[in-house]
Amino acid sequence: MRIPCPFCGERDLQEYSFLGEAGLKRPDPEASDAQKQFHDYVHIRKNTAGTTSELWLHTYGCRSWIVVQRNTLTHEIFSSEFASDTLKELTK
Amino acid sequence: MKYSVFSLIHQAIRGQKDWTPAWRDPEPKDEYDIILIGGGGHGLATAYYLAKEHGLKNIAVLEKGYIGGGSVGRNTTIVRSNYQEPGNIPFYELSLKLWEGLEQDLNYNVMMSQRGVLNLYHSDGQRDEYARRGNAMAMHGVDGELLNRDQVREMVPFLDFENGRFPIQGGLLQRRGGTARHDAVAWGFARGADSRGVDILQNTEAKQIRVENGKVVGVETNRGFIKAKKIGIVAAGNTTRVAETAGLRLPIESYVLQAFVSEAIKPLIPCVITFGAGHFYISQSDKGGLVFGASLDYYTSYAARGNLPAVEDTIEEAMAIMPGISRVRLLRHWGGIMDMSMDGSPIIDKTTIEGLYLNCGWCYGGFKATPGSGFCFAHLLAKDELHPAAKALRLNRFETGHVIDEAGTGAQPNLH
Repeated sequence: MRIPCPFCGERDLQEYSFLGEAGLKRPDPEASDAQKQFHDYVHIRKNTAGTTSELWLHTYGCRSWIVVQRNTLTHEIFSSEFASDTLKELTK
Repeated sequence: MKYSVFSLIHQAIRGQKDWTPAWRDPEPKDEYDIILIGGGGHGLATAYYLAKEHGLKNIAVLEKGYIGGGSVGRNTTIVRSNYQEPGNIPFYELSLKLWEGLEQDLNYNVMMSQRGVLNLYHSDGQRDEYARRGNAMAMHGVDGELLNRDQVREMVPFLDFENGRFPIQGGLLQRRGGTARHDAVAWGFARGADSRGVDILQNTEAKQIRVENGKVVGVETNRGFIKAKKIGIVAAGNTTRVAETAGLRLPIESYVLQAFVSEAIKPLIPCVITFGAGHFYISQSDKGGLVFGASLDYYTSYAARGNLPAVEDTIEEAMAIMPGISRVRLLRHWGGIMDMSMDGSPIIDKTTIEGLYLNCGWCYGGFKATPGSGFCFAHLLAKDELHPAAKALRLNRFETGHVIDEAGTGAQPNLH
């Protein structure tokens, strides 16, 4: 698997670290059901079989956080963008 | 047909013509008391113990592929109970005790071999940690011995004890641990369940769990709708996909783990050896092949095949403890899908939907748990109460804070 980094170009999987599902929204700690919401935020995952958005860190490259669109059934990669650009959209 | 030395002699004389299939291939009935989704080791063991321990007959096991084609046929066959956390030790010890009587119980040779599991330590801190784990095991009546370097050297002299970076200082040995023949475990449980009346439905995929008024009514499959009073999800790496058809969202992520077998060599490795400075485990099969594996590929996957960085990492770890095998050729390697839970421990529990039960989160430790998981899940399905040995393996433990985190890495499944 080779992942295209928006800054460095296509690089080997070994240069990256995987965090997980992108677009999780940190709950409001003041909410009345904050405990339930934080449980879901920390533990519950979509675990999609198919195309996902996920967060990777280009650890041994430019150290950018990127959002990668990837198919978990085939390992096909469709796109990657700087997380700083896309996360605002995803967590709206 | 009961297998014995007499049946072998009889068949030898008859030219092996009278053997019968080990299990039937029945048509699905319209309705079952219990449907288990997933015909892997755990699903078959559950069906077997439901029939044997609880006298239930009207049970179906749905398998989308064939028996022995999933993780039960893809693992590195290690059996042990050297855990540390209070919620885990009684469960895995129950499982190991079942392993010890499994062949007589099933009338099937699963080639259970208690050759010992040796966890190497490489530093003073790790020795203390292993001593603590050994003490926790001893307090639950589980066997474990802390060995120093000379004792380890006597057992397995071929290791690289003087490795510059990770010198081997000793190990924690569980003599009752070992290996078993993974396919035979699937076949033995399938045969045992089938002979007690369980219908094993291969090539039958659960498409949709149908829920009405908060209660399960049945499963939509590629062979039509089948009614059920109770449904157990035992779908390992595909748990999320099955559970979401009933509207459940789970603390599970699926990852790919690779395993490896080398060409056969003469007997070398007398036990299971694990590398403490990384995550590498190796044993030798009765055919002579070295069976080994290491960590997950670190990204979520349903592909059942991995990538080369994990292969390289595994081989590097092998070289760190056993440089002597560097010229042994790799015969095969493959991947399987792991249902990684958020604390690295399994879940055997009811769900919020009436009649729907869950058995998942085995991470990459499911094989050793096969009989125990089946035994405890059968208890839950039959009696609607948790088995005492599995009472900590709750689904809601992430909400209540009673997580069982052996590795201490938190809610990051790929680090367990």
